[in-house]
Amino acid sequence: MIKAVMMLNTQGKPRLAKFYDYLPVEKQQELIRGVFSVLCSRPENVSNFLEIDSLFGPDSRLVYKHYATLYFVLVFDGSENELAMLDLIQVLVETLDKCFSNVCELDIVFNYSKMHAVLDEIVFGGQVLETSSAEVMKAVEEISKLEAASNSISLVPKSVSGWRGR
Amino acid sequence: MASSNSLMDNLFQRSLEDLIKGLRLQLLGESFFISKSLEEIRREIKSTDLSTKSIALQKLSYLAALHGVDMSWAAFHAVEVVSSSRFSDKRIGYHAITQSFNDQTPVLLLITNQLRKDLNSSNEYEVSLALECLSRIGTDDLARDLTSEVFTLLGSSKVLVRKKAIGVVLRVFDKYPDAVKVCFKRLVENLESSDPQILSAVVGVFCELTTKDPRSYLPLAPEFYKILVDSRNNWDLIKVLKIFAKLALVEPRLAKKVADPICELMRRTVGKSLLFECIRTVVSSLSDQETALKLAVAKIREFLVDDDRNLKYLGLHALSIVAPKHLWAVLENKEAVVKALSDEDPNVKLEALHLLMSMVNEDNVSEISRILMNYALKSDPFFCNEIIASILLACSRNSYEIIVDFDWYLSLLGEMARIPHCQRGQEIGHQLIDIGTRVKDARLELVRVSRALLIDPALLGNQFLHPILSAAAWASGEYVEFSKTPYEIAEALLQPRTSLLAPSVRAIYIHSTFKVLVFSLAVYFSAQEPTSSPLVEESTSSGSSPVNGITYKSISSLVNMIELGLCSLSGTLDVEVQERAKNVLGFIGMIKHKIAEKVTTQESETEASRAVAFMEDVFSEELGPVTSTAQEKVPLPDGLELKESLEDLQEICGEFLKPVVDSNSNSNSFSSSENISFSVAKLRISDQKEASSSSSHPPESASLLAEHRKRHGLYYLSSQKNDDHNDNNGDNNNTLNEYPPANEISVDSFNTKKKMNQSKQRPVVVQLDEGDGLKTKPDASNNDEPLSRAIQTALMGKGKEKEREKDNPERDLDSRIKGRSSGREKKTKKKNGEKSSKHRSRRRSDKEASAAEPVEIPDFLL
Repeated sequence: MIKAVMMLNTQGKPRLAKFYDYLPVEKQQELIRGVFSVLCSRPENVSNFLEIDSLFGPDSRLVYKHYATLYFVLVFDGSENELAMLDLIQVLVETLDKCFSNVCELDIVFNYSKMHAVLDEIVFGGQVLETSSAEVMKAVEEISKLEAASNSISLVPKSVSGWRGR
Repeated sequence: MASSNSLMDNLFQRSLEDLIKGLRLQLLGESFFISKSLEEIRREIKSTDLSTKSIALQKLSYLAALHGVDMSWAAFHAVEVVSSSRFSDKRIGYHAITQSFNDQTPVLLLITNQLRKDLNSSNEYEVSLALECLSRIGTDDLARDLTSEVFTLLGSSKVLVRKKAIGVVLRVFDKYPDAVKVCFKRLVENLESSDPQILSAVVGVFCELTTKDPRSYLPLAPEFYKILVDSRNNWDLIKVLKIFAKLALVEPRLAKKVADPICELMRRTVGKSLLFECIRTVVSSLSDQETALKLAVAKIREFLVDDDRNLKYLGLHALSIVAPKHLWAVLENKEAVVKALSDEDPNVKLEALHLLMSMVNEDNVSEISRILMNYALKSDPFFCNEIIASILLACSRNSYEIIVDFDWYLSLLGEMARIPHCQRGQEIGHQLIDIGTRVKDARLELVRVSRALLIDPALLGNQFLHPILSAAAWASGEYVEFSKTPYEIAEALLQPRTSLLAPSVRAIYIHSTFKVLVFSLAVYFSAQEPTSSPLVEESTSSGSSPVNGITYKSISSLVNMIELGLCSLSGTLDVEVQERAKNVLGFIGMIKHKIAEKVTTQESETEASRAVAFMEDVFSEELGPVTSTAQEKVPLPDGLELKESLEDLQEICGEFLKPVVDSNSNSNSFSSSENISFSVAKLRISDQKEASSSSSHPPESASLLAEHRKRHGLYYLSSQKNDDHNDNNGDNNNTLNEYPPANEISVDSFNTKKKMNQSKQRPVVVQLDEGDGLKTKPDASNNDEPLSRAIQTALMGKGKEKEREKDNPERDLDSRIKGRSSGREKKTKKKNGEKSSKHRSRRRSDKEASAAEPVEIPDFLL
């Protein structure tokens, strides 16, 4: 099972964080900080695995990949394969690349909802359910269409919202 | 008014994007901006307009996920939003629910109907939202109430829905084991699916289920085997391998069966992840299959020499799994492992270290330790301490099982203390003392090593080394008879920089000084009148390097030096340091003028020599190792009710006083025992005050102690032989005086066969009877019992079996095997027939018997 998916930037700001077991928000923030403090101390060109039993309990493993300004982090238990999890990060990044054409940190910052749509198609309740980025894209596009359709019914377009109170 | 407010909110509401932009600008400071946005959200979320509400909820979810804002208060609003007919609202609602709900959320019950409605929706994306939600927050109640919907969806024609329905089964089974009755058959049928997505999903679910309870899924082995042989999808193969890794552990015959296909996969695959999973499966579960293991080890070697650090790390990891059973695999790759110690990658280094330690035995321990110590010297502090810790752990295992040459080991410990980054002082100090008490032959070297540590003033500055110094000080005092230069030791123990030590360590320093002093005095007195005390003589001659030539000059300079060193401490704030310093000073005050007298008078039995002889006795009792289970060896005396409450304390107190009267009547016979000083030595008092005062009237203190001993005799450890303590007390004064050993000590005679070739014989190591390790607790009972029972019934139940035979006869296990291995089938046909009939009858009785009975093994394995 996958326990958590995180995307952190190199300053330690979380850009996406999803925990598949319920955790109070304080605990989530603590884990994010804990993971980042280990990640940022690691030199380049070392292995992509971390021992993190102290943070996530026994039999938990962590793989991460560093792309430009972002760390992609997966936390999982013994029923996943470490190298396959690295591949899964690759799948996720590829899919995002297709989604946003040349994905960068800003895309991830501003597309909270879509990021989750992508992730939810790949990982379902902690299980890897889809590893083909084409299939994921198909579903995500459908979801976007549905959302657009339901929004167009709305009388007040949300895009004109202003900067009240500035 | 309310409606216009809501309209205004709706018109001018910030979207999530606005919120993110605002956060990025940070004109107001992040925390201030968040609290301001939260105010807005709290207002907007109460809006009657669902879309305003949903956007507020979305913003809240964002802040909760990435900025740690609490959103549990909005649970009810999430339930409202999820009931919206608009897809985008619904998605926001479900997202908020999965993120923030847990079993204790009070409004959880309100979503059951909404979930049911959405699970039945014609829009597959709405269904998938509801399934996702159920898989994350499904409770016992939700799982029970929605089982039938999940069952329907398991047969859905839409792949997107079906694969998610399969995924949700895991949660449903976990929360509501009875769902197995309904859903299990459909789940199993999906194992035969031709759709790769469905197959992936169902294999993943079985992988999770098998991890929790492998035995129950043994009957499905044929289905998994088919996937193992036929599938070309690495993801599926990895999961199936994981399943077999678990199954093979509970059914060894499976290992033989799957070894060939796994070898085939290892030879064929290019995917490193699959290759590694094959290797891991072989080394962890099929390590008895020789060909498979050899191939796996060969593949591990490829990993070890690969430039990719991930592969190197995993290769080392795989080796460490195989190491306990097949050490040759590690030894073959020793060079690569040692090389990995100098890798840049901390993971690789650590893994290599663990592996290296698993290789350690008595022949190579010094070589490996030498290599590691060199690495420790040039490593970063963290890794350096990891190295030290693993050497310490490996060498001390099973009472220093692998150490033959303790002199070498003690000097190694001394070296460790001098490694600049060393932070394992506690453990090193503990081992120094432990070896001192256990290994008599090593004491000479222990004193030598301790001396070297103590006289180095530089070490006192490093507080991590204080536990080592404390142990060294204790050893120097306790085994001072091995020291060639007591004066030097006393000097080292009193050097000015000892003020850097913690008071507790300092107290040990002072106490050791005391021992050194007493020893020197005893030698001094006995040297000139050898007949004065037989015991002193004995102890000096027992040392392998008796200290000779303690003259009046040297002894008085020693006494003066100690006096000078300690007088400043008699005013210390710490009570223990003060007390101990005063004890020594008091003793010196008493003895000092007698030393001078000694030269002039030739009296054979002076007061001073008696006092010294007495102190010598006090310190002469050897300290032995105490087992952690010593307390358990105390037999529970009759009439001692440990579990009874203290209600009638009065009565107990009355009883408590009785034995004192009894013992008083006996005390006369005791105090008449001929050799008082002998008995006192055995009773080992460490309190100096009592000791120095008792030099004037020892019989009294001895009888008091004997009384105390009689009164509390029950509470001390008694040796097994003297179970009947009353008998013991009455009969024999000598045994009465003997302090029963704190443990039963057995001495391990060295194994001649093994150590014939050693140039040096292994010294005797004192070991405790029942090992020093802690007892392992029995395994906790299986938590998944209801689930495994349900699964076993589902797979083995008579009805199910019939159904299977009737519905799809090709699924029958026996007929399946015919196709696969017809050759073997012929030979064992008769046998099989017998067996299967046996099985059937046994199965029937199984159902009547408890569910804990072992699961039947499918015939294809035989």
